[in-house]
Amino acid sequence: MRHQADEGARVARFRDVALAVAWRSVHNFLANPAFLVPAIAFPLFFFIAFAGGLSAVANVPGFDFPSGYTAFQFVFVLLQSAAFGGVFTGFAMARDFEIGFTNRYLLAAANRRGIVAGYALAALARALVTWAILTVVALVAGMEVGGEGVELFGLFGLAVLVNMAATLWAAGVAMRVRSIQGGPLMQFPVFLILFLAPVYVPLGLLSGWIHAVASVNPVTALLEAGRGFISGEPVVVALAFAVGVTLPILFALWANGGLRRAEAAG
Amino acid sequence: MSEHRLSTQVGQLARRSVLRTMRQPAQIVPALVFPMFLLAVNSGGLHETTKLHGFPTDSYLTFALAVPFVQGALFSVMNSGTDLARDIETGFLDRLALTPLRGAALLSGLLAGAVLLGLVQAATYLTVGLIAGAELVTGFPGALVIVALSVSITVAFGTIGLFAALRTGSGEAVQSLFPVFFVFLFISAMALPLELIQTEWFRKVATVNPVTYLLEAFRSLLFEGWELGSLALGFGIAAAVLAVGMTAASRALKTRLVRT
Repeated sequence: MRHQADEGARVARFRDVALAVAWRSVHNFLANPAFLVPAIAFPLFFFIAFAGGLSAVANVPGFDFPSGYTAFQFVFVLLQSAAFGGVFTGFAMARDFEIGFTNRYLLAAANRRGIVAGYALAALARALVTWAILTVVALVAGMEVGGEGVELFGLFGLAVLVNMAATLWAAGVAMRVRSIQGGPLMQFPVFLILFLAPVYVPLGLLSGWIHAVASVNPVTALLEAGRGFISGEPVVVALAFAVGVTLPILFALWANGGLRRAEAAG
Repeated sequence: MSEHRLSTQVGQLARRSVLRTMRQPAQIVPALVFPMFLLAVNSGGLHETTKLHGFPTDSYLTFALAVPFVQGALFSVMNSGTDLARDIETGFLDRLALTPLRGAALLSGLLAGAVLLGLVQAATYLTVGLIAGAELVTGFPGALVIVALSVSITVAFGTIGLFAALRTGSGEAVQSLFPVFFVFLFISAMALPLELIQTEWFRKVATVNPVTYLLEAFRSLLFEGWELGSLALGFGIAAAVLAVGMTAASRALKTRLVRT
């Protein structure tokens, strides 16, 4: 009985810390145009540049994606915005370290893992804002959606997992470097792994070294499954969700190690 | 003030600007690595577009090699502007204002670092591109013109960075300009030739976007031959940006010095 009460109190402390940190981060995000505008503008810009400027790619022999090039690129931009929503939250965390705010969190929080969870919740909230606007713009632009309810749920489910993985990765870096100077270290590997996947054409149309790299890149499975969901012809679903679940678990361990380092550094 | 004094002033500031650029690998490395990475990814990912009817070359690498020269020039906006903004933030410009230094000398000297960066960038992009298998139908003379055009664009864009730094006095504000310039690059004939862009509004925007014609000037040398019209347009745009940027920066400098 007493053990259950302790466990309940522990969960409550974790939840309270997470919600408090998330509330502050979301408030900062929504109240500051310098954070809000790029988070919305960048994915829209990439979507416009790729889906608009490269629509002729749909005429390439062998390109047979059923929902058209706009939907094909929408999935990439959705997952990219999920990943960068997490990375930008890592920037916010690093900035909080620089101004000493995170040290106050560490002193005050009854459960310090709640701090990381709070930032992750905030990353998800800011991604949801971006996705809502991106989806509306894509539909207005004439995106064809072949998938139905469950499939679209699967697509956005993958995006949530990518967002969690990227946030935990960036949080791990932020808590180790504890400065915004760690920004490139958070950003560049994410950028690299995203663009070494089949961004512009399906995997089958890639050739040479990029095909070899994309074939073993875990993001390829996420993209292929996402594109399958939106076209209503799901493919590699089990592999994509296996990757999608594994990455946040691995990066949760990475973030936990970062938290220990930050605690040790005082 | 004599011509000699002016050249001495420019020389001293140019030396400082060049040394400062060389001592900051964080400025040089991204300007070299990032465009090369995008070139590798895009030339691999979009190679199949060369099968589209009307695509001007059968090597997407050659077509895409024009992009790093323009993309690299965007870095000079950041580098020139951030350096000057740091001078403003640290009070170095205030101290210069107490000397008989001429505004023209200050701006010209500060651009010396951009010239160096432009040279290094152009040589690197061209060498890497040719080693990777890109064509250069105009041969060695064409390579020299590519380097000259690349440096011209880098310096021209550098003046915009100076203007932004003088107007805002903040390195962070200068850095925030980077995405704006990326929009110009992406909404151009960067990935496909103008005539193959199917989305009508995108083609219209790309047609009036000067970046398209900078890219076409490089492309003419790489796989078309000596197209004097394309080259004149490319150098003309660089000269126009330089004139506008330098005028705006000179005015902003006067305002900044009055403020201080």
